[in-house]
Amino acid sequence: MLTRAYQFDLNSSGVAAGEPLLDVSGVSLRFGGIRALSDVSFRMRQGDIHAVIGPNGAGKSSMLNCVSGLYRPQEGRIQLHTVRDGEVGSTDLVTRKPHQIARLGVARSFQNIELFGHLSVLENLMLGRHIHMKHRVLAGMVWFGPARRQEFAHREFVEEVIDLLQLQAHRHAPVGALAYGIQKRVEFGRALCIEPSLLLLDEPMAGMNAEEKEDMARFVLDVNELRGVSVLIIEHDMSVIMDISSHITVLDFGKVIGDGTPTEIAQNDDVIRAYLGDDE
Amino acid sequence: MAASSTGTYFTSYRAESALRRTKAEWARLALIAGFLLALPSLATGPLHQVLELHVINMVLIVVIGAVGLNILIGYTGQISLGHGGFLCVGAFTAGVFYQRFDLPAPVGIFAAVVFTAALGAFFGLPALRLKGLYLAIATLASQTVIIFVASQWSWLHDQGETMNLSRLRIGGFEIAARGAGHWQWYWILLVFAVLSVYAGRNLVRSSVGRSFMAVRDQDIAAAAIGVNVTRAKVTSFAVSSGFAGLAGALWAHYRGNATPETFVLETSILFVAMVIVGGLGSIAGAVYGAAFMWMVPELITKALLNVGGSEWTSRVPHLEMIFFGLLIMLFLIFEPRGLDRIWQRTKDYFRFWPFRY
Ligand SMILES: Nc1ncnc2c1ncn2[C@@H]1O[C@H](COP(=O)(O)OP(=O)(O)OP(=O)(O)O)[C@@H](O)[C@H]1O
Ligand SMILES: [Mg+2]
Repeated sequence: MLTRAYQFDLNSSGVAAGEPLLDVSGVSLRFGGIRALSDVSFRMRQGDIHAVIGPNGAGKSSMLNCVSGLYRPQEGRIQLHTVRDGEVGSTDLVTRKPHQIARLGVARSFQNIELFGHLSVLENLMLGRHIHMKHRVLAGMVWFGPARRQEFAHREFVEEVIDLLQLQAHRHAPVGALAYGIQKRVEFGRALCIEPSLLLLDEPMAGMNAEEKEDMARFVLDVNELRGVSVLIIEHDMSVIMDISSHITVLDFGKVIGDGTPTEIAQNDDVIRAYLGDDE
Repeated sequence: MAASSTGTYFTSYRAESALRRTKAEWARLALIAGFLLALPSLATGPLHQVLELHVINMVLIVVIGAVGLNILIGYTGQISLGHGGFLCVGAFTAGVFYQRFDLPAPVGIFAAVVFTAALGAFFGLPALRLKGLYLAIATLASQTVIIFVASQWSWLHDQGETMNLSRLRIGGFEIAARGAGHWQWYWILLVFAVLSVYAGRNLVRSSVGRSFMAVRDQDIAAAAIGVNVTRAKVTSFAVSSGFAGLAGALWAHYRGNATPETFVLETSILFVAMVIVGGLGSIAGAVYGAAFMWMVPELITKALLNVGGSEWTSRVPHLEMIFFGLLIMLFLIFEPRGLDRIWQRTKDYFRFWPFRY
């Protein structure tokens, strides 16, 4: 019998819903004289769509880059909580390299799309499976046997993501030739293929038209609500953020100026001032 | 972008992942196989004016080196001007095992691959810090060091800077001298070349090859999806040098000697040119490039001697350089993506015929 049910879990975090997943404490990041982040602290919980908002240059992307190891903050700790086989543990991400952090299941998309431009959609998504695959040169050269078997096993996972994000029509297209909105979706898909324990999205809807935004918001919600993936999202479109997020942290000039549920944030005077400008 | 064929559907991943998927592709493979089987007869028979078997044998050897270099430059995006040096290492390693240690040739060839791969990984370490032109200069250092050692270490040399290898003997079989030897070598080298091309082709459709391409296209994103960029680069250098080691070992056995003179910087540059002219990031391109770059100078020489007669002999090397340089320049201007791209376009032309697109 053919079923349309998904066979694979997308979420790889063992942390129970509502429990702390990521603790950012006292993170400061400087570029020469520029203080991109000063003493940033917030907590993110499993199962949330946690939004980070703030004006341009507030340090949102820098914060994300610290989590995924691309930037190393001068001060502070970023702890990812894990549960493996019932064992509770936590890892400080600040001392880790990006590829080690990715192996913990921290997946991300970039503000300016960073796809592998010469490769097809399929190859990009297969690369999302990298941490789950073996990489043996000799087996690869022989192809028949382990290499091919592994390829097909992971292809099934990738096909599920293609199905979820409705990328079927583009499967074999080189990503460089795709429309911007589709590229954004492919990048989102590549992150999903990691089977994230934590999904970081840096402005996944930037530059899209209303329709594309709605699609993307739908995908993010599906991944979160139906598949249990925790999402840390940066986004400028306040209406989207208010609709989909369960928790919001507001940054301004590298500092946290607000932290709470969307309703709390909407009433926060500091936030309103930062967004509407200070008239005095 | 090459046109993708419509009307070709697959019902399994196995069928889709195959290298040859349509009847036309199988027919083409059969044609190539037939051509390769007939080639030695053609080269000694009707075509001997243009093609000589020993030139073809050398092409088979350099194909292996070019495939290796394209994995490094074309697939991983790491430039190397030291490929000739690694062939030199392979040649001398095979020679040392065969002549000095008196071990069977296959052992020496295997050792050449392993040792050259290890050395390649070591000399690839600068790639962790350097990119582009800076990396090219660093690999130049490896080229210089290797050639220096190979020319100074007198234990390696039988006369001058050359180590002589006696005719290949495997078990009871010994390769014939001269003419018949070329025939026998052709089959041996053909097997090595075909296996190398196939191994390269497989590698770049496996997870290892994909991670190389990820590093080439976007190294930050590669790290962010869990690719250990350091490891990928070093692995690519090792793989590429392994191919060079094999090519060098076969070169030494085939030519009957190993000498640093053959593997100087010009050789390294020639390999880079093969990869560019053939098509970066294409295993087939490496084959086209190797054949083209090795045979064209020979053909130019022949043609010049035909036109100018024997009194041109002294001018030929210079004219050959001019022709050759011109050819490469034309390539870079009109088809920077190489012979492989030209072949793809030809295929598209026939697929769409009689329409233009
Ligand atoms: N690699 C870097 N080198 C130097 N300065 C940087 C670097 N990355 C970020 N900055 C600086 O840090 C500050 C915060 O930048 P960041 O990109 O984090 O802002 P952002 O909140 O993501 O803004 P946007 O909404 O425009 O994406 C800016 O002043 C920026 O110039
Ligand atoms: Mg940003």
